[in-house]
Amino acid sequence: MLEQASKATTAMSLKKGLQRRWRLGEKFIESWILLAGILTIVVLLGIIALLLKEGLPAFWYTPPWEFFFGTKWYPVSEPPTFGIMPFFVATLWITLVATAISVPVGVACAAYLAEVAPAKVRETVKPIIEILAGIPSVVMGFIGLMLLSPLVQSAFNLNTGLSGFTAGIMLSLMSLPIIISVSEDALRAVPDDFRQAAYALGSTKWETIRHVSIPGALSGITAAIMLGVGRAIGETMTVLMVAGGALAVPISPTEPMMPMTAAIASGIGNAVRGGLQYQALFAIGLILFVVTLAVNLIADKVLERQKRKFAR
Amino acid sequence: MRAGAISKRQFSQRTAFSLLIIATIIVVIPVFAIVLQIIINGASAISGDFITQAPSQAGKAGGILPAIVGTFYLMLGTILFALPLGVMAGIYLTEYAKENWLTKSINLAIVNLAGVPSIVYGLFGLGVFVLLFHFGMSLLSASLTLACQALAMTVTTSREAILAVPREYREGSLAVGATRWQTIRHLVLPQAFPGILTGAVLAMSRAAGETAPILVVGAAFLLPGLPQSPFDQFMALPYHLYTVAAHVPGMPKSTIWGVALVLLVVVLSFNVLATIIRLRARQRRLNA
Amino acid sequence: MKMNTVLSNNNKVISQSKTKLRTEAVSLYYGSFQALRNISLEIPDRAITAIIGPSGCGKSSFLRLFNRMNDLIAGARVEGGVELDGIPIYDKTIDVVELRKRVGMVFQKPNPFPMSVFENIAFGPRRHGKNNVGELTDIVERSLHQAALWDEVEDKLGQSALALSGGQQQRLCIARVLAVEPEVILMDEPCSALDPVATLKIEDLMRSLAENYTIVIVTHNMQQAARVSDMSAFLMMEEDRAGVLVEYGPTSELFTNPKDKRTEDYITGRFG
Repeated sequence: MLEQASKATTAMSLKKGLQRRWRLGEKFIESWILLAGILTIVVLLGIIALLLKEGLPAFWYTPPWEFFFGTKWYPVSEPPTFGIMPFFVATLWITLVATAISVPVGVACAAYLAEVAPAKVRETVKPIIEILAGIPSVVMGFIGLMLLSPLVQSAFNLNTGLSGFTAGIMLSLMSLPIIISVSEDALRAVPDDFRQAAYALGSTKWETIRHVSIPGALSGITAAIMLGVGRAIGETMTVLMVAGGALAVPISPTEPMMPMTAAIASGIGNAVRGGLQYQALFAIGLILFVVTLAVNLIADKVLERQKRKFAR
Repeated sequence: MRAGAISKRQFSQRTAFSLLIIATIIVVIPVFAIVLQIIINGASAISGDFITQAPSQAGKAGGILPAIVGTFYLMLGTILFALPLGVMAGIYLTEYAKENWLTKSINLAIVNLAGVPSIVYGLFGLGVFVLLFHFGMSLLSASLTLACQALAMTVTTSREAILAVPREYREGSLAVGATRWQTIRHLVLPQAFPGILTGAVLAMSRAAGETAPILVVGAAFLLPGLPQSPFDQFMALPYHLYTVAAHVPGMPKSTIWGVALVLLVVVLSFNVLATIIRLRARQRRLNA
Repeated sequence: MKMNTVLSNNNKVISQSKTKLRTEAVSLYYGSFQALRNISLEIPDRAITAIIGPSGCGKSSFLRLFNRMNDLIAGARVEGGVELDGIPIYDKTIDVVELRKRVGMVFQKPNPFPMSVFENIAFGPRRHGKNNVGELTDIVERSLHQAALWDEVEDKLGQSALALSGGQQQRLCIARVLAVEPEVILMDEPCSALDPVATLKIEDLMRSLAENYTIVIVTHNMQQAARVSDMSAFLMMEEDRAGVLVEYGPTSELFTNPKDKRTEDYITGRFG
C-alpha cells in the first residue's frame, strides 16, 4: 500500500520534471531574431513606399508620357518643365559603352581564369581583381577626370573629355569584377565529365571551351552580364564626375551628358523639399529603382536555374 | 590524317588563347595604373600635418583630419546598426525559418536590397531619417542610411558563415539537452564568428568609400570642428575628394591626389584585413 | 510492468525488470512518406537493447523517436504512443529539452565540439546552470572515468578534442552525454566509424554502463548485437519502404531460435 503510494508520487514528480518550461529569456531573444529577419522586408517596403509617396505626385504635374519622352529639363523656368529623355538616353549610351567593353573582356578573362590559366596565375590575378572591385566609385571618377578625359579629348578631338564615352570606360572597369566573378563561377560549375568526354573524342582545349564549357555556363554568364549592366545603370559618382553634366539629349556617346543617377545627385541638393523638382527627382529615383530591380531579379532567377541545371 | 588540318586547329587555339590572355591583361593593367598613379601623385601631399590638421584656406591648405575622423565615425556607425541586425537576421534564416512565404519574402528582399543604386539609398535616407524622423543632416542619418545599404551584405555573409557550421555540432548539443538558442550562442556563433567578422569588415570598407548616399544626407565640405554628437554634420573622405576634385577651383593638384591616396589606403587596408581574417580562420580550421 | 525472467546470452538475469521505454503502435511519417509502421515494444531498464535490420529500414529513425530528434526534420510526424517511465513524451506539455537531458544520444560519427576535452564535457552541465568550476571539474572527472577515458586524457583536458583518435572521440562523446546524468543512452551505430580495437573497448564500456543506464543501440553488425545486447529487435522494410517490427525478444533466443522466417533469413545472411 505504501509502496503503491510512493510509486505514484515518484511517477508524479517524474512527469512534473518533464513538464514544459517557460524559458522566457529564450522567447525574448527569439522574438528579436524574428524581428531582425522581418526588418529586411520592412526596409525594402520602406524604400518603395517613400519613392512612391514623393515621386508619384510628379506624374500629376507632368503626365507620364511627357515625363518620359520630354526633352526639356528646366526646373527653374516659369513654369518648370520636367522631361527626362536627356537622362534616359545618357544612361543608355553609357551603359552601352560600358557593356560593350566589359562583356567581351570580362567573359574572356573569366574563361581564361577558369579553363586555361595555371593555378599560380589564377592566384595572382584574382586578388588584383578584388582590389579593382574595392576601389571606391569616387576614386574611379577622379581617375577618369584626371587621367582618362584628357586622353579621350585629344583622341576624338573634342571640346571636353568629359563625355559619356569616358564614363562608359570607367564604368566598364567597375563592372568587370562582378562579370568575371560570376562567369568564372558559372564555368567552374560545368561538370568536368563533359570536358572529359570532349577530350576523349579528340577535341582541343579551346574547342572544348567553345563548344562545351561556355554553352554549359551560358545562363550563368548571362546572369553575370545582367548584373554588370545593373551595376552600370545604378552607378552615380563616377558618372557624376566624368560624364559631363550637359542637359541636351546626347546624340553621340562622345558628348557630355547626364545620366539618371547623376541627375538626381546633382539636383537633390538644391531642390526645395516637397517641391516640384524634388518630386520629379524622386520620380527618376523610382524609375531607376524599378529598372535595376527588374535586371537584378531576372539575373537572380537565371542564376538559380543555372544552379539547378547541374545540381546532382 | 592530314598534317595541315591539325595545325589549323592548333592555330585557332593559340589565337584564341592569346585573345583570352590579352583580355586578362586589359583587366589587370588599369588596376596597377590606377593604384600607382594615386601613390605617385599623392605621396607628396602626405605629411604628418596632412593627416592630423584641419583644412585651412577653404580646403586648399592644411590637412584633412576631420574628413578622416568623419569617415571612421561613419564606418563605426554603419556597423553598429548593420552588424547586430544582420547577424540576427542571418540566424533567423538559418536556424529558425521554415519553408514558407515569409522566408521566401525575406530572401527576395535581400536580393533586391543588394541591387538598389546607392543614390536611391540616399533618397531613402533623406526622406526617412533626415525628414521623417527629424534626425536632420547628421552623422546619425548618414550612418543609418549606409547601414540599410550594408544590411544585405551583413545578412548574406552571416548566413553563409552560420550555414558553414557542421550540422553534427548542433545535433551533439541538442542531444545533451541544450536549447536551440543555447546551441546557437555557445556553439554555432563562436564557430561562425570569423566569417561574420570578415563580412563586417568588408561592410565597413564599403561604407568608407560610399559617396552618393552621404552627399544627399549629411556630408559637409568644410566644418569648423569635429562632430561632437551623432546629430552633428560631418566631413568624410569620399565627399571631400569629390568636392575638391570637381568643385573647388585653384585646388593644388597634389592635395587632391593626397586625399584620394588616403581614401584608397583606408578602403584597401580594410579589405586586406578582411582577407587576413578569412585566411587565418581557414588555417585554424585545417589545423584542428 | 514486469517482464518475465529471462536469461541473456551473457548470463545476465533480467528478472522483474521494469519497462523504461515503450512504444505503442507507433508510426513515423516524413511528410506523406511512412518511414515506420505500427511498432510496439517495451525496452527494459538497465539492459542493452539492440535494434538490428538491413540498411534503410528505419532503425535510426526509430531510435530518434525516444529523444524526439526527428522533430528537427521538417514534416516529421509521429502517430501512436512513445513513453518514458510511463509518461507519453510526445505530449504537448512535455519539455523536449529536458527530455533530451534524460535521454542522451551518441552518434554514428563521433562529433566532439571544436573545444578542449574539458569544455566538451562541461558543455551540457553548463547549459543546465552549473557554473562552479569545482563542480564542473568533478563532473568532468567522473564522466571520463565512467567512459573509461580518464587515464588516456587526464593530462590533456585542456587540449582540443579534435586531436584525439576516433575511438577516444567516441568515448568522449559518451562522457559528454554521461555528464548530464541521463537515464537512457541511445547509440546510433556508435562503432561503425571505428577500428576493431576501439570497437571492443566501446562494447566493454556499454556493458559496464548497462548496470546503471538503459542502453538502446542501433547496429547493422549482427555479431555486435549478439555479443553485447540482452534484447534484440529486428526491423525490416516492407514493399512500400515503411519499417516494421518483425521480431523482438531476448537476444539469445532471437539468434539461436528465431520465430519468424524473415529473421532467420537475415541472421543467416541470406540478405543484407
